[in-house]
Amino acid sequence: MVMKRGLPILLAALTAALIVIAWFQSGAIGRREMRSASTPDQAVRLMLSQIQGHNFDAAYARLANKSDVDKNTFVREFNGSYGSLLTIASLESFDVWGLHTTDQEATMRAKLHYSTGVGPLDDIRDLKVERAGDTWKVFWPVDRAAKLPPQVIPVNYLRWDIISRGSGDDWGVQNVDSPQVRILSMNAIQRPDSVVLVGEVVNEDSVPAYVNVGATLLDPNEKELAQESSFDKIAHTLLPRQVSPYRIDFPGMRLDKIKSVRMDAKALLIAASADPVIEVNQQKLENDPLGKKVLSGELTNQSGQIVNIPHVIAAYYDSNGKVIWVSDGYVAQALLPQVPVPFAVDLPPDIAKNVQTYRVVVNHYDTTS
Amino acid sequence: MRTLTTGFALLLAALGASASEIHPPAQATAGTAITIATSGSGSASFYLIGPASASKRQVQAGSDISVDSEQLEHAGRYTAILCASDGCASASFVVNPAAPNRLSFLVHPSRVPVDSPNRISAVAFVFDNFHNLVLQPESVTFSILPKDGKEVSARRNSENGVAWVRLSSARKEGATRLGTAIGHANEIRVVQQVAADACNLRIRASRTKRDLLVETDPVRDCSGNSVPDGTVVSFTKVDGAGKTTVDVPIKRGVAKVEMPVEGRARITVASGVVTGNELEVAGAQ
Repeated sequence: MVMKRGLPILLAALTAALIVIAWFQSGAIGRREMRSASTPDQAVRLMLSQIQGHNFDAAYARLANKSDVDKNTFVREFNGSYGSLLTIASLESFDVWGLHTTDQEATMRAKLHYSTGVGPLDDIRDLKVERAGDTWKVFWPVDRAAKLPPQVIPVNYLRWDIISRGSGDDWGVQNVDSPQVRILSMNAIQRPDSVVLVGEVVNEDSVPAYVNVGATLLDPNEKELAQESSFDKIAHTLLPRQVSPYRIDFPGMRLDKIKSVRMDAKALLIAASADPVIEVNQQKLENDPLGKKVLSGELTNQSGQIVNIPHVIAAYYDSNGKVIWVSDGYVAQALLPQVPVPFAVDLPPDIAKNVQTYRVVVNHYDTTS
Repeated sequence: MRTLTTGFALLLAALGASASEIHPPAQATAGTAITIATSGSGSASFYLIGPASASKRQVQAGSDISVDSEQLEHAGRYTAILCASDGCASASFVVNPAAPNRLSFLVHPSRVPVDSPNRISAVAFVFDNFHNLVLQPESVTFSILPKDGKEVSARRNSENGVAWVRLSSARKEGATRLGTAIGHANEIRVVQQVAADACNLRIRASRTKRDLLVETDPVRDCSGNSVPDGTVVSFTKVDGAGKTTVDVPIKRGVAKVEMPVEGRARITVASGVVTGNELEVAGAQ
């Protein structure tokens, strides 16, 4: 009889203990403490933790300027829209610190760490926080981006389609050749933790090419040390005469162990469109709010088609015109026609001092197709 | 494998016995029926082992054995074996390819820049009707059939079943047809001759309502051919607002882009590894 009652009691106690542990682990105690938002830091942290938990109603309710901010626009800032990178991302964590604080208002900096389909993505926001009675509330920046009125944008860019040799065709029936691509330059650089190969590749053909650049490092005995490819550090789809930078990383490798490098540019003929054309404006090397050297600018989609996930690849040249670094970065927002979207890609400070000029290409990925 | 093993066993048996005899012709032609004379008497088994098939049937020793044309389509060495009650006899004969009547024509590349000497390779493989490579020298005709020009042709003898020529591309862009012919067979391939790199790439600028319109002159190669639409032209502008780059595909022979300008601006143009002229624009000029 005692045994019969003892087991349910034990299970109930165990369940209650697990619920308490889970509550602590989920940070709920922290959120509860912050519910009052008695400091600017708590106000920002509380709002971001509610966004992290997808409790957008509660986060929106905490805004000081609700009347100026459309709720759907606010939600889209974190959930993404138009198939942008944020639509396949989640806010993993955030760091918050103060920049300036008075009794009535403060400026806080938040670094949001997203986990996305293409890797981690950081977003830095400076947020104004204002005291409202005993509590602090966040002023969300109002989206002043120009909106394109509904219209028809006529597009008559080229498209290339391919008819390949059929499976039933006799041997010797001509196929269409793979595109001719050429590696224009290659530069091997020793970084603290890796060897990096950077350079440029051109599609010399009159048809589009899907390009990938691979490299094999060889030791003094011509033995293979390592093999890597450019992966996403290249614009894979190259239209005729288009040039793309590439970068190949060899982690844990030392330049003094390498005697030679075998480069391999592979090209496949693919169906492609000359649309969209993306303009890269206002490019400049500057320091970001965290003091890091970045190449920043604006992307403007000149076509009528929405670009879901823009990918910026930048090549940096020294005074001799040699490629000395290639950096890349994904842009969280989709590119709507004619609406400029800012971007910034990192540049190591020791390389930045040797940069004479740079060139940016924009790759793009479709999430809708 | 089983066929080969059986054939080998029969061959050994045939070597050891010699009562019946079999007399195939020394040479035959692929796809042509033959008659094999035999000697001996009584019921016998006839085996025919070829390079791609083996068959067995019951025959009467001493009478002629007819072999259908379908059984002799593959050129090569055949072995005929006759096994009667008094032992086995075998004989070999060669089936030669029939008259050339098929071609496999390999042309490479399918796209070639204009005015490229010896850049096109045209190779013809000579076959008979049954896909046997005809190894004897045969005269193969190669011809160039330009879209708006006179046909040019040349003959080459095949060596070991292969004939080839090397050709230079024309100075004018466009598709050209390459043909090869032998017997009743002829094959056509198309080679696209495309414009080479842009030559004398030039840009000019004009003001629009808001921005600066920069466009190229018609983009041509050094032979005067229009560079194909879709070829990317890169525009770079450096002004007070920073640097602007845009990769624009050529459309209807020219590439153009509208760019905002702040103060003095320097605009350059490139296509692939070819650079063009440089423009300096200032204010509302």
